[in-house]
Amino acid sequence: MNLPDLTPFYISFKLAIVTTLVLFIVALPLAWWLSQTRCRCKPVVEAFSALPIVLPPSVIGFYALYALSVNSPVGAFFNEYLGINLVFSFTGLVIASIFYSFPFMVQPLQSGFEGLNRHMLEASYISGKGKLKTLWRVALPNIKPSLLTAVIVTFAHTVGEFGVVLMVGGSIPGETKVASVAIYEMVEVMDYDAAHIYSAIMVTLSFAVLLAVHIFNRRNTAKVGVA
Amino acid sequence: MINLTVKKPLGMSKESLRLDVSMTIEPQSFVALAGSSGSGKTTLLRILAGLEHSEGEITVDGLPWLHGKKSLPPQKRGIGFVFQDYALFENMSVEQNLLYVNDDRAHAAVLLELTGLLELKRRYPATLSGGQKQRVALCRALMNRPKLLLLDEPLSALDPQMRIKLQHDILTLHKAFKTTTIMVSHDPSEIYRLSQRVIVLEQGHIVSDGTPAEVLLHASGSQKFTVEGELLDIIKADVIYIAVVAIGQQIVEVVLDREEATRFDVGETVQVATKAFAPSLMHSRKKKHLL
Repeated sequence: MNLPDLTPFYISFKLAIVTTLVLFIVALPLAWWLSQTRCRCKPVVEAFSALPIVLPPSVIGFYALYALSVNSPVGAFFNEYLGINLVFSFTGLVIASIFYSFPFMVQPLQSGFEGLNRHMLEASYISGKGKLKTLWRVALPNIKPSLLTAVIVTFAHTVGEFGVVLMVGGSIPGETKVASVAIYEMVEVMDYDAAHIYSAIMVTLSFAVLLAVHIFNRRNTAKVGVA
Repeated sequence: MINLTVKKPLGMSKESLRLDVSMTIEPQSFVALAGSSGSGKTTLLRILAGLEHSEGEITVDGLPWLHGKKSLPPQKRGIGFVFQDYALFENMSVEQNLLYVNDDRAHAAVLLELTGLLELKRRYPATLSGGQKQRVALCRALMNRPKLLLLDEPLSALDPQMRIKLQHDILTLHKAFKTTTIMVSHDPSEIYRLSQRVIVLEQGHIVSDGTPAEVLLHASGSQKFTVEGELLDIIKADVIYIAVVAIGQQIVEVVLDREEATRFDVGETVQVATKAFAPSLMHSRKKKHLL
């Protein structure tokens, strides 16, 4: 038995890291805004940002494929001015993954912010500090468990995606062929040995990540309990 | 000098109560806001801090804080605020809580020294007692050398002994910095000890405004000695009845006749008064509170 080609895992994890980083920057302001606003439009924004949880990945994949292709203004812009073809490319995968994993970053952050003592934030405002400084120095450091949950779950969810990446990225080895797609292809060609090895690696990694989150959160709640 | 006229609905529905008050507060004074819960005290304090919107005018030393719809944000008001639940920054040590507000180590050291917290400056809020936390919150509120200090029931979560200690600290700090202070409080002894003026709010309106002696001593003028308490029980003993009344932390018994016993309901607030005898003071057999 040959040693498996680990490139699909490398692509999966690269995709997950880039997606998590970008999503953190994009989702943080929205999660903060949702936690603080009294705007009537809040439920609409919340429902919209939660859509990827409910929608079949094929629907997201289809829309992403359409939006990123040269037939849409976005795809045309990237193609014409930046020379990037978004469909069947790693960049396109990142963009599609950002939509797909969006709620997994927004929701833990939002509930973390909502759980903060409002008076603590007000104390910061009264002491003369603006919203940005309050978010960075007071709010974020006090929601560490939610922050960790958001980052890990987003990461894990991106590693585990299949439908969207298959539709948007196809299966170009070394570019868009992620681990889940590689396993699917192995099963299709009845290469069960390789599928077993790849799947076992996925199960082990996913379990390790989830275990780490639960252990961390347990320690954190224990600390609060003592205090 | 603070001049304010404020109008704001209290609660959600349109027909509900409105906060509708006007007052002038002298510089360097210590004012207590009293009144039952829901009377608008905390709302008034939060409007002064810029944490809640309202209609009206607030002018502080000639500077408009609120003018029609225009409101100066809390960041620019230069005030200190102490919350009932301390609201310390949990991720920072005691000293960092103070330095976050204003990076002035010397001033922080003075405040921590005055309140006896210097030794705890490296501790984190989660490891402090309630009284210690509230002292940190008090110091933090004074870090910017505020023109106005707002205290929202700062001591109501503390036990009686710790309250007295903190009242002492508040007085010390008030004397040291002469900060104009407005404190929401339910506790008459606290109001009497700390403030020079009491404003009582009921259902959004000012119902009483004067010195603590004028407002709090209900029986002033007449020679009657009166205290209020809650009627806990009426016990029949032979031909008489005994009413058990809770006055503050104390339980007392008062003898009633049959006709009186039928007039009172258990649970109601009653006045215990003596008509003919003057009460006298004696030393308490309990340990004196440590100050």
